[in-house]
Amino acid sequence: MSLLNSKVPSGPLAEKWDNHKFSVKLVNPSNKRKFEVIVVGTGLAGASAAASLSELGYKVKVFTYSDSPRRAHSIAAQGGINAAKNYPNDGDSIFRLFYDTVKGGDYRSREANVYRLAQVANDIIDQCTAQGVPFAREYGGLLDNRSFGGAQVSRTFYARGQTGQQLLIGAYQALARQIAEGNVELHTRTEMLELVKKDGEACGIVTRDLITGEIKSHSAHAVVLATGGYGNVFYLSTNAMACNTTAVWRAHRKGAFFANPCYTQIHPTCIPSSDEFQSKLTLMSESLRNDGRIWVPRSDDDKRPAGQIPEGERYYYLEEKYPAFGNLVPRDVASRNAKTVVDAGHGVGHLENGVYLDFSDAIQRDGLETIKAKYGNLFDMYENITGEDPYSVPMRIYPATHYTMGGLWVDYNLMTTIPGCYSIGEANFSDHGANRLGASALMQGLADGYFVLPYTIGDHLAPKLGDDPVPTSDPVFTDAVQGVSDATDRWLGVNGSRSVDWFHRELGKIVWDNIGMERNKADLETAISDIPALKTEFENDVRVPGSGANLNSSLEKVGRVADFFELAELMARDALEREESCGGHFRAEHQTEEGEAKRDDENMAHVAAWEWNGEGEVQTRHVEELVFENVELTQRSYK
Amino acid sequence: MSGSGNTNVLNLTLKVWRQEGPNATGSFDSIPVEGIADDMSFLEMLDIVNEQIIEQGGIPIEFDHDCREGICGACGVMINGNAHGPKKGTTTCQLHMRNFEDGDEIVVEPWRASGFPIMRDLVVDRSPFDHIVESGGYISVNTGAAPDANLIPVPKDASDMAMDAAACIGCGACVAACPNSAAQLFTSAKLSHMNLLPQGQAERWKRTEQMVETMEQFFGACTNHGECTEACPKEISLDNIAFMNRDYLKSKVKNRKLTGQVFP
Repeated sequence: MSLLNSKVPSGPLAEKWDNHKFSVKLVNPSNKRKFEVIVVGTGLAGASAAASLSELGYKVKVFTYSDSPRRAHSIAAQGGINAAKNYPNDGDSIFRLFYDTVKGGDYRSREANVYRLAQVANDIIDQCTAQGVPFAREYGGLLDNRSFGGAQVSRTFYARGQTGQQLLIGAYQALARQIAEGNVELHTRTEMLELVKKDGEACGIVTRDLITGEIKSHSAHAVVLATGGYGNVFYLSTNAMACNTTAVWRAHRKGAFFANPCYTQIHPTCIPSSDEFQSKLTLMSESLRNDGRIWVPRSDDDKRPAGQIPEGERYYYLEEKYPAFGNLVPRDVASRNAKTVVDAGHGVGHLENGVYLDFSDAIQRDGLETIKAKYGNLFDMYENITGEDPYSVPMRIYPATHYTMGGLWVDYNLMTTIPGCYSIGEANFSDHGANRLGASALMQGLADGYFVLPYTIGDHLAPKLGDDPVPTSDPVFTDAVQGVSDATDRWLGVNGSRSVDWFHRELGKIVWDNIGMERNKADLETAISDIPALKTEFENDVRVPGSGANLNSSLEKVGRVADFFELAELMARDALEREESCGGHFRAEHQTEEGEAKRDDENMAHVAAWEWNGEGEVQTRHVEELVFENVELTQRSYK
Repeated sequence: MSGSGNTNVLNLTLKVWRQEGPNATGSFDSIPVEGIADDMSFLEMLDIVNEQIIEQGGIPIEFDHDCREGICGACGVMINGNAHGPKKGTTTCQLHMRNFEDGDEIVVEPWRASGFPIMRDLVVDRSPFDHIVESGGYISVNTGAAPDANLIPVPKDASDMAMDAAACIGCGACVAACPNSAAQLFTSAKLSHMNLLPQGQAERWKRTEQMVETMEQFFGACTNHGECTEACPKEISLDNIAFMNRDYLKSKVKNRKLTGQVFP
């Protein structure tokens, strides 16, 4: 039998969560104050979990490396949040949201988890509205919905283009209320650098105070990791600069299995980088593809400005290849095709690293004012960044990484393979399968934090009634502090010749070129040999200036990049072993005649969860079989 | 190659505030910067300066930043005396070098306000903003206790005005730009967001009194200069301050009256 017990409850799909809530152990209300829980991360998942746990009566300690919980990168989500309220009366239901999410994930997620997500999504909308999240409204004062990301129903709630910001502020304010009540201890500018275990169970963490450099232990009855995704392994992504995998990776090294690292999502409409020193990529809403036409010059040595290239010499590659869907093909198809034409030398812009997204036909058809009303803010943003006016010259776009579906393996209770260590939000692997649908990230983060973890964590805590947390004077803590402290000294002592960012950029190039949006055996093998080689150079030649006793961003970054090196290698191995194409994982060897992703449901309908075997050792791949009883597995086609 | 996206190159002199720690004495460093492409953002220019400093064996300049999309509110420095620099409605991360001229000297300082002590170089401590929110910037609703979302109709105008105020990113530019280091724009934006909505009415007067008085523990008084709204990257309106002042005055009466009703 597999080591991985998903603990999915028995019974019909629609009753599993209710049955489970009845059967998990409860902690008596007056006993909750006797339990301490550590929450790392204050994005949607972390802030909502911390606030909810505190409301229940648990003692909570929250950690963020930012100066305030409100800075977490959930804040940058634009589009919206899904829920099957069916307010528009267009036939939506919990089952439809569940079905769409499993299908969108290319049948690589757990049915029971996704169904639960669809169930609690409605409660999220209620909760956030009551908190004062200013969702868009109709004139009658009721909530407005829109269709998003190709969904056949209007189920997306939104707050202008700032839905993530408003939801995060809602959760942050709920957390602030608990802080004021004295039930939550907030540690800002404090980074988790180690997970501590005693007798096989998580019992606390070691942190570094980013201002004073103090390395310290914190103990608790359970540790919740809500630290987001690992998109910055690519160096350039739409993630915030500080987003990293360190908390998750340190837990992985302590025995938490890492699931499906090769599932990464690429967003097709980002602004291409302008030079080598570009720090991050900016995403523009996909809605632009509703009216923009994507093209490149047909000839690969056409140096003329867009306006001077006659219609007949333009290659509208999506419209030609996919006449039915045209420019509205799914994200991954649009992204891969952009890469194909750019790799073939048709790229535009001075770095030849983009494709055109042209609104001139739409402006001619609908009028300038209509296009301005629809996309004005996006056009302004584009002009601010590039200095070009998209009303008169076509936009240049290129795909970029923006979400990672893989993460720590968790069971139905959201617990990792380390008892007492939980993972929620983007940090876990649970709900999106091989591909996440638009407006589902916010939904999952808040579902885990508000409505799932607060119930399921009781199952682990209840039997511990009367047990104090492991004291921080215990050798498991003092040893861990020593380990972190030694690592810090080691980095400061290398005194090599290149900056941390230089190595991060070089790593990012290997990852993007070999484990990017289209993968093949040879490239993946290249990555597996190149990454450790660069890592050795990194360990011997990186320069971390300054000291460990005060604010030192190079020191913060060096540990994060070291973890990205190890993760990158695992991504390549996972992608190599997954001999199929599915969702965000496209293997050139596995495609249909039409160039579509070709799954292998017979051999690959499983989760791959990797076990750390020690420094320099190849990790062990464990398998959790996925069983589909409620959805029919189909092959998609966009021709 | 085809199309546009060509860049101009700038040579600049940076005058940057360097300060080793909260209690250290700071001073300006003059740093020549060459070959900056005008497509770069201001923070990417600082990244390059830091790469140069590291290469030369120095200690890089510390500055706060994260999303680099103008939404997280982490970044913010005084650029030639202006909070977030010369361009209106823009965060530092979204300010691009094409707003500067070749040969410019650019003075870069941290937020200047006693309510925001300097931690290092350009990094300041903005936790007083969190304390203002903790004192009442929320609607008390425990998870799970909410009624169906459409049971609370909100007039669209009220919802839109609340959203205008809620767009605040908490960066602190308003305080930095104010000659009195006042935080009225930040506090009033949060109050408008909550006080305009039906959901926010139950705690309206208590919230207003507590948030205003917490604010006054950290920040100076407002004398209606309007520099805050000029500097605000989200262009939050000065109207919010008027709304807050009215609610604060009312709260002094309402809160006493409410107490009187409970204990006659």
